[in-house]
Amino acid sequence: MTTQSPPTPPLERKNLLSRLPNSSVLGPLVALFVAILFFSTQSPNFFTASNFSLILQQVMVVGVLAIGQTLIILTAGIDLSNGVIMALGQMVMAKLAVEAGLPPLLTIFLGLTVATLCGLVNGILVTRVRLPPFIVTLGMYNIVLALVQIYSKGQSVNSLPPALTFFGQFFSFSNANILYGVVLMVLLYAVVSYMLSSSAPGRHLYAVGNNPEAARLTGIPTQRVLLWVYTLAGFIYGIAALLLLGRVGSGSATAGQTENLDSITAVVIGGISLFGGRGVLWGSLIGAVIVGVFRSGLTQMGLPSEAQTLITGVLVILAVAVDQWSRRKA
Amino acid sequence: MTQMYSQNSGEPEKGLLIAPGARAKPVMQATGLVKRYGQVTALDGTDFELLEGEILAVIGDNGAGKSSLIKALSGATIPDEGQIMLDGQPIHFRSPMDARKHGIETVYQDLAVAPAMSIAENLFLGREILKPGALNRLFRIVDKKKMLEEATRHMQDLKIGIRSMKQAVETLSGGQRQGVAVARSAAFAQHVVILDEPTAALGVKEGNMVLELIKRVRDRGLPVILISHNMPHVFQIADRIHIQRLGRRAAVVNPKNISMSDTVAIMTGAMRPDELGPGMLA
Repeated sequence: MTTQSPPTPPLERKNLLSRLPNSSVLGPLVALFVAILFFSTQSPNFFTASNFSLILQQVMVVGVLAIGQTLIILTAGIDLSNGVIMALGQMVMAKLAVEAGLPPLLTIFLGLTVATLCGLVNGILVTRVRLPPFIVTLGMYNIVLALVQIYSKGQSVNSLPPALTFFGQFFSFSNANILYGVVLMVLLYAVVSYMLSSSAPGRHLYAVGNNPEAARLTGIPTQRVLLWVYTLAGFIYGIAALLLLGRVGSGSATAGQTENLDSITAVVIGGISLFGGRGVLWGSLIGAVIVGVFRSGLTQMGLPSEAQTLITGVLVILAVAVDQWSRRKA
Repeated sequence: MTQMYSQNSGEPEKGLLIAPGARAKPVMQATGLVKRYGQVTALDGTDFELLEGEILAVIGDNGAGKSSLIKALSGATIPDEGQIMLDGQPIHFRSPMDARKHGIETVYQDLAVAPAMSIAENLFLGREILKPGALNRLFRIVDKKKMLEEATRHMQDLKIGIRSMKQAVETLSGGQRQGVAVARSAAFAQHVVILDEPTAALGVKEGNMVLELIKRVRDRGLPVILISHNMPHVFQIADRIHIQRLGRRAAVVNPKNISMSDTVAIMTGAMRPDELGPGMLA
């Protein structure tokens, strides 16, 4: 009865890549393996369990920040304030525990709360005042940075109670030392990834980033989704603060000033579109690890840190170029 | 249903479900709708009536109040005056969501799909099927398998030839995308489907494909309100045509008995409705 047969869908094979739900992590994954292969040929110490555990330790904090950053970028936003929110969180945790003598678990809770509230403020400014995320988080970057400096008086906080540095401790697995913080990071990626891909709110987040007007018309409360995303991201930055305390071993007054860009770098290298709605969270972890692998490999090859930074920059541009090129082809 | 339709697929069959002589029951009515935007009166006491099982086309020049009327019926705007009735009951929509809860689904001109998401996800966007179990409900875990099955079944029912419901909507042609949008509305509408310019951006072949689909939706028993600028398309599938002019309903005509040029003449004001011959008004 259908007189008009609909146009035949394009050949299966041609479309195979674009149909793979996780195709956006494929590129970064290949890049990661190539990088590992390359550096393994350059340095005998590179392809070792201890080196990889070291890389993961170095990636841990930015990796967790990148989770919150990913959530926000998936909604077509951006967060420039995540590093300093983390810095404020860890300062609250450290100072209240050491100087006010509050129980560490309570100060952890308070630090998480402060970070979550910062996220909430971002969310309110984006959804209620309707300011662009770039402007909101740029403003918050400066405000929170100032707050950290006022609150800490430029002094770092030492001799933390062990509970605050727990995630800097490790267990040994053959000759690799695995930080509890790394375990927590991977766990966070797993949980948030699952919620993004399999829960209704997770799918709504993608829809809001992909086509906000369509999302609204299908009855998704887009503003509420955004508010939740910024608030949840703040909470995740609070967790990053806890990991930072573990890694550094003290409350740092100068922490968090460049991690915003590092987290964006990880997200972008991980194949997540800055225009929102496309990409997979695991990509951000791969992106963060790629940066870590390059830093480690280049160090072992004897290149100075300026060269590492330079190459990171090239990587970002390359990642986005490849991403756009593949999209145009699809 | 399918069989009934296939017997008639040769010629443009109209008023399929309305027995001759008998008056079909009104599903949706509006009387005296007024909508003002500052100095501009978009709706100037317009009436409206949609009957059971029909495709009612709404036509009108730019500024005739066509889109204001549709917005009022779909809950997108709240009229300043007048009454809307659904199944004979007065009703007040405060939002498009409100209208949707009452079984009125609207397909907007820009389609309102998330291009990077799959067809199945788009069909169920905002109305996902959740997995059973308390924990799954708490975290609102979606039942992907079931949504995929339901989407496949529904699209087959409507004879939309798309191979995989896992395909991203952006991989589809314009007509197929429109098909997805119409199918979504048909899947969830209990009462009325409103289509805003569904064939506007399509070529001849794809436009016809969508027209066939709209007929199938009607034949499933859902009345359709079709807003269109395309006169041949309107005449091809409408059972009745509501002509909007200067913020009011100028006439409702029967496309079987009136010519396209007379219809346009009324729409533009070149002819008065009382100049029409017998049987032309519906």
